[in-house]
Amino acid sequence: MTDTEARPTYKYVGTRPIRHDGLDKVTGKARFAADLNMTGQLRAAITRSPHAHARIVSIDTSAAEAMPGVKAVVTGADFPEIDIADAIHDEAVNNIARDEVLYNGHAVAAVAATTLAQARAAAAAVKVEYEELPAILSIDEAIADGAPLANPTTRTLFTGDTEPSNFASIGQFERGDVEAGFAAADVIVEREFTTVPVHQGYIEPHACVADCGQDGKASIWASSQGHFAVRSKTAAILGWSTDRIKVTPAEIGGGFGGKTTIYLEPIAVRLSQKAGRPVKLAMTREEVLRATGPAPASKISLKIGATNDGELTTLAGTMYYSNGSTKGFSALTGAMSVASYKFPNLELHAIGTVDNTPKSAAYRAPSAPQAAFAVETLVDEIAQQLGMDPIELRLRNAVVEGDPTAMGMPHPKIGFIETLEAIKSSDHYNSPVPEGAGRGFATGFWFNIGEQSSATVNLNEDGTATVITGSPDIGGSRASMALMAAEELGLDVHRITPIVADTESVGFTDITEGSRATFATGMAVVNACRELIEKMKERAAVIRGVDVDQVAWIGGAAVIEGPASEGNEPLTIADITAQAKMTGGPLTATASLNAAGAGPSFAAHLADVKVDEETGQVTILRYTTAQDAGTAIHPAYVEGQMQGGSAQGIGWALNEEYIFDASGEMENASFLDYRMPVASDLPMIETIIVEVPNPSHPYGVRGVGETGIVPPIPTLANAIAAATGVRMTDLPMSPPNVLKKINEK
Amino acid sequence: MISRTHVHCTVNGDEVDFLADDATSLLDALRDELGLTGAKEGCATGDCGACSILVDGAVNCACLMFAAEAEGHEITTVEGIADGDHLHPLQQVFLEEAALQCGICTPGVLVSAKALLDHNPNPTEAEIRYALAGNLCRCTGYDKIIHAVQEAAVQLNGASK
Repeated sequence: MTDTEARPTYKYVGTRPIRHDGLDKVTGKARFAADLNMTGQLRAAITRSPHAHARIVSIDTSAAEAMPGVKAVVTGADFPEIDIADAIHDEAVNNIARDEVLYNGHAVAAVAATTLAQARAAAAAVKVEYEELPAILSIDEAIADGAPLANPTTRTLFTGDTEPSNFASIGQFERGDVEAGFAAADVIVEREFTTVPVHQGYIEPHACVADCGQDGKASIWASSQGHFAVRSKTAAILGWSTDRIKVTPAEIGGGFGGKTTIYLEPIAVRLSQKAGRPVKLAMTREEVLRATGPAPASKISLKIGATNDGELTTLAGTMYYSNGSTKGFSALTGAMSVASYKFPNLELHAIGTVDNTPKSAAYRAPSAPQAAFAVETLVDEIAQQLGMDPIELRLRNAVVEGDPTAMGMPHPKIGFIETLEAIKSSDHYNSPVPEGAGRGFATGFWFNIGEQSSATVNLNEDGTATVITGSPDIGGSRASMALMAAEELGLDVHRITPIVADTESVGFTDITEGSRATFATGMAVVNACRELIEKMKERAAVIRGVDVDQVAWIGGAAVIEGPASEGNEPLTIADITAQAKMTGGPLTATASLNAAGAGPSFAAHLADVKVDEETGQVTILRYTTAQDAGTAIHPAYVEGQMQGGSAQGIGWALNEEYIFDASGEMENASFLDYRMPVASDLPMIETIIVEVPNPSHPYGVRGVGETGIVPPIPTLANAIAAATGVRMTDLPMSPPNVLKKINEK
Repeated sequence: MISRTHVHCTVNGDEVDFLADDATSLLDALRDELGLTGAKEGCATGDCGACSILVDGAVNCACLMFAAEAEGHEITTVEGIADGDHLHPLQQVFLEEAALQCGICTPGVLVSAKALLDHNPNPTEAEIRYALAGNLCRCTGYDKIIHAVQEAAVQLNGASK
């Protein structure tokens, strides 16, 4: 019945070769940004604000400058003023404070010295005089009447307001008639949900090396999800033209959205420029937690109405999301992610707030997990009240192609129904719930995006190939690029070398974000390969002395067809490249595009949990995830994305939280106290890859990176409810919080 | 001027000598003095395991040791677990089973897993999970790592029979 059965047979796509960059990563040879060292390199350290909100009265760097080994000191005064209407303003100010520090941990100065110890000592000796200002530390404080301003440069997005405000953005989505919908509903459930900031938790702290020459040009080696964005943002923050900066991508040790923004590169470049030497700047873990992007806190009030026969008719509510210290879109994307059920009547208010906590950053399907927590918990309650199977209720209301998202735009071809059916027929769902455990189910959705990508494919003299892209590989995408090129060219995947090139060696490519690399950059690779095939057919025609119309590309070789075929053996890629010099020169092709038609992805998760009613400890006994990948190019890494997203969602659900003291200082800025899941916390995570191909991609790719983090929070909340009868509405569902709810029962 | 201590030890089978400041961690000495950047700094507080190394065969966080504490000991880093150009079975199975994504935790995970299998050739799933509980991985959800260690144990046991 599904497109899965109609899928073409591929030779390479869908196989599981060893990834090309794997050997370096299991032998310790892979170079991450902090592993790079340059001759004459200095080390740098940053002076950070001890206050959540203060005016900078003065900065005295003289003592720091006089310390041993110090070669350069910079402050906000070393960077150009940027207009608050400029798109780079907030990120520029977040890199280094100007008039005010906006959160505890905000960078105010930086030092480069011969050794790291010297740099740290000097950074501690930078004297900053502060005038403390009232600090806003929560959504409730931000929206209170008469609240002081958290950031005087914030203007509310989407309103045209020109006065400063603690509202980062205000938006609204409506369809149908919500009042009539609730009036006609047989069942109505309504709750308020809160979540606290959580960190992306990549194991590699942010790091870069910058080398600024006397010609005023800088080279940067960076750990980022997008080195072209590092280039453009660094240039904008420095007030430079883009051509003055070259960025080479280092291997990246995890990003999850958190390395789509920059923190260090402009500072490292200015220090290098002042010192005349290369500068390495890396964060400590404490700095990562205090000063880089968490996912936003949220407060969501939601009400859902349904009929007795299980039609979800009406959804209404207000979603507050913090953006941390600057304006942002987090509330809007949260509301936009409400897109899984038809809901003829819908009214959602999306309100972003600003406060004096770290500027939030993207985290895997940004803002969707918080929204799913609310929607999927209430849908579960409706199923419970109606006595319906939770999957049946969702099948009854699931969106299909043409149904609207919250924004109103219609879904393209999607595989939500197929994903629900897959989990319904899973071994897990059809096994009894273990004695004393509770089973929870929930779903998740994410849009995925296209954006701009470039790729160059070079055929080498011996018929091997190099695939060059500008998409940093954050989880195996190089292997996927090689697989798609192998399929196109008919060339063994290990005769193809996929590389990620610097900003001067490949065309512009947007950030690896929105689950787009395999989709959009993969499409550029496919287009470049198809152009190469046309060129190879022309060369084959020259070699054989036939018209190009008589040449077909079959099974990785140019085959002469028709009357001229007799006696003309097929020409392999190696045959053609060997004669490239005589037939027109090197064989190379470049493709670039702004990819349209990104395919949304749905996931459905199932968990069995046991809750210790004396301690509140939640133990996951079994966990299964089904997700629509469109087509899985490298299924092992698709499973890896599904499992990794699930584990992050489980951590977010059960343990992780930023804890601020009354002054706004983060109290748990270490991996000991910011508790992410470890191996002994988790069970195996069973995966079911659903394949409903995306018609906008040559192989049907949707992108799989993000959706997996959306369902775990409500899946576990629903499982806890099944096990204990207690509905958890505040994160994390850590032992003390679960115990409190159990005791209130 | 800060005094520096002369340290003599064995690293990946080679005798080495280097000078270290009193406050220098073994991790910084390995990375900055000896050019062995396989061990990573994820936290510098002993919580993530990205800098896991073997000291006389036992797992340690290199970030929690002073460089001078290496004196006279045998240190093994991820760069030293292969046998020449023959990968350790763990390394080979990690590649085949896709047990790594970004790869930043991989060196530490491999070192910890090797120590486990050296001491316990037939670990249960729970024993593997607890042996690796000091090695944070944020990409994989651990599933493929656990499977890979199980598979490597089978291969090692097969080879030793």
